[in-house]
Amino acid sequence: MSVTREEVAKIASLARIQMDDAALDSMVPELNNILNWVEQLGEVDTSAVEPMTAVIPQAMRLRDDVVDADPLTAGGRREDILANAPAAEHGFFGVPKVIE
Amino acid sequence: MSDLTNLGVKAIRDGVAAGDFTAREVAEAFNANVAAAKDLNAFIVATPEKALEAADAIDAKRAKGEDLGTMGGVPIGMKDLFCTDGVQTTAASHILEGFVPQYESTVSANLWKAGAGMLGKLNMDQFAMGSSNETSYFGNVLSPWKKDGSNAALIPGGSSGGSSTAVAARLAPAATGTDTGGSIRQPAAVTGITGIKPTYGRCSRWGVVAFASSLDQAGPMARDVTDCAIMLEAMAGFDPKDSTSLDMPVPEWEKGLNADLTGKKVGIPREYRMEGTDQAILDSWERGKEWLRDAGAEIVDISLPHTKYALPAYYIIAPAEASSNLARYDGVRYGLRDLPEGAGLQDMYAATRAAGFGDEVKRRILIGTYVLSAGFYDAYYTQAQKIRTLVAQDFEKAWGECDLILAPTTPNAAFPLGGFDGDPLAMYLNDVFAVPASLAGLPAMSVPAMLNGDGLPLGLQIIGKAFDEQGVLNAGLAIEQRSGFDAKPERWW
Repeated sequence: MSVTREEVAKIASLARIQMDDAALDSMVPELNNILNWVEQLGEVDTSAVEPMTAVIPQAMRLRDDVVDADPLTAGGRREDILANAPAAEHGFFGVPKVIE
Repeated sequence: MSDLTNLGVKAIRDGVAAGDFTAREVAEAFNANVAAAKDLNAFIVATPEKALEAADAIDAKRAKGEDLGTMGGVPIGMKDLFCTDGVQTTAASHILEGFVPQYESTVSANLWKAGAGMLGKLNMDQFAMGSSNETSYFGNVLSPWKKDGSNAALIPGGSSGGSSTAVAARLAPAATGTDTGGSIRQPAAVTGITGIKPTYGRCSRWGVVAFASSLDQAGPMARDVTDCAIMLEAMAGFDPKDSTSLDMPVPEWEKGLNADLTGKKVGIPREYRMEGTDQAILDSWERGKEWLRDAGAEIVDISLPHTKYALPAYYIIAPAEASSNLARYDGVRYGLRDLPEGAGLQDMYAATRAAGFGDEVKRRILIGTYVLSAGFYDAYYTQAQKIRTLVAQDFEKAWGECDLILAPTTPNAAFPLGGFDGDPLAMYLNDVFAVPASLAGLPAMSVPAMLNGDGLPLGLQIIGKAFDEQGVLNAGLAIEQRSGFDAKPERWW
């Protein structure tokens, strides 16, 4: 299977990566090289194989249902969370207008 | 006093404890080497003051007769994938340039608790995607090694290329690495140092910038097996903040070291004998068998029939997870924001990500987005996850016949910078021997074996059963004791 320029443009848009014509032109053959190479996986009969979901079998843990169980991941850290925001205002993340 | 920067983790820790030298003397010696090695570009940020502060704390503890910890007085390099409180953490990307975490990753916190100090944040392939350290936004890392009779710059391996260069060039006695598909073992092999990726889940992923979460695993890179055992013990441990963290006690790997392999069977996978592998690599493999036999092990032939499918499966699974993990870089919460004049939210996302991610990162996000998209998910992603099951089953079957597996770490020695320009696929093949153990979550380490005809180091890889880091370390020690590898790069920087 191979991808066309239009398909790469669509994938880039789904991935929210702006690409100009030159970037698309160079990306198409690179992606097709990789996709042609992974194509060989189709040779393997996997009809009786379960896809892997956990590499080391583990049971999911439940933590105690208490507020702020771990202080490192608890609430009350608004300043820390906003410290790296490119545009924090009034205690919130600032974004451009989204009303169309 | 002899040069303290020739000492490893154990020698520094024991020397500080015995009062042969102070932790501050050690930190000053390594700080000086870091400052003098700008040409290697191993560090994105140096933190000499952090190293001194930790050293002074250790010296003060010693004066009071307190316990110094298992890494007491040892300054280390920290791969820039680990979040460090108050110190810029970028994953070598532009999109995280200037990001200053307000918290500490579990692994780095564990190391500081054990008495280690930080020399700085190490350069790497951007978001850990690469095998040559040529994808960093902050420039290439150079290997301290050169071919005999050549001045050409060589790659230090990747993605933990700053780590491998720092340890090989004596800028740090040890460094943290992370391994998603070979990123500890391959750079260790091509720079003549030692590195171990433990069983998936041994080291917490909390605070480690995510690449492919089902594969990412932290581990130590150091100059010998004992140092790796000490440092892995300090790094590992259960962490409730990581849902895949192993809830098991951390074994005393350092105390358990034993190079007597009597009664152990070591498997030689016939599928790892691939076309295009250097003759010198095959020679080192033969020597490795002899060394392990000499240590008491029995060598047996085994088969891992799905080996050739591991790498293509990896290049579906890892990009798929990356495309999902890297969706968080949106120009809103942290990192870069590119807001073109009059742009709306969607345009801001696309412009930010276009400006912030490097080419290799974009390539993998696009591959991942494609294989997860409607209509292609089963053909690519589900099929790859089924192949992953088969690769893991290959190892399960092999454990019926052997206790450990010996293989080369890489198909070739270090290559020149730019050697794979324009051919990302050829570069991926560098991890052909490393990826199967990653897909199966198994502990695996690289130890130096010998120099090839060009005077460049080659590594041998030992793969063990899940949770058997001790067996892997012991076989590594047996090789180390017999290889007599003590080559180090001649200083030119």
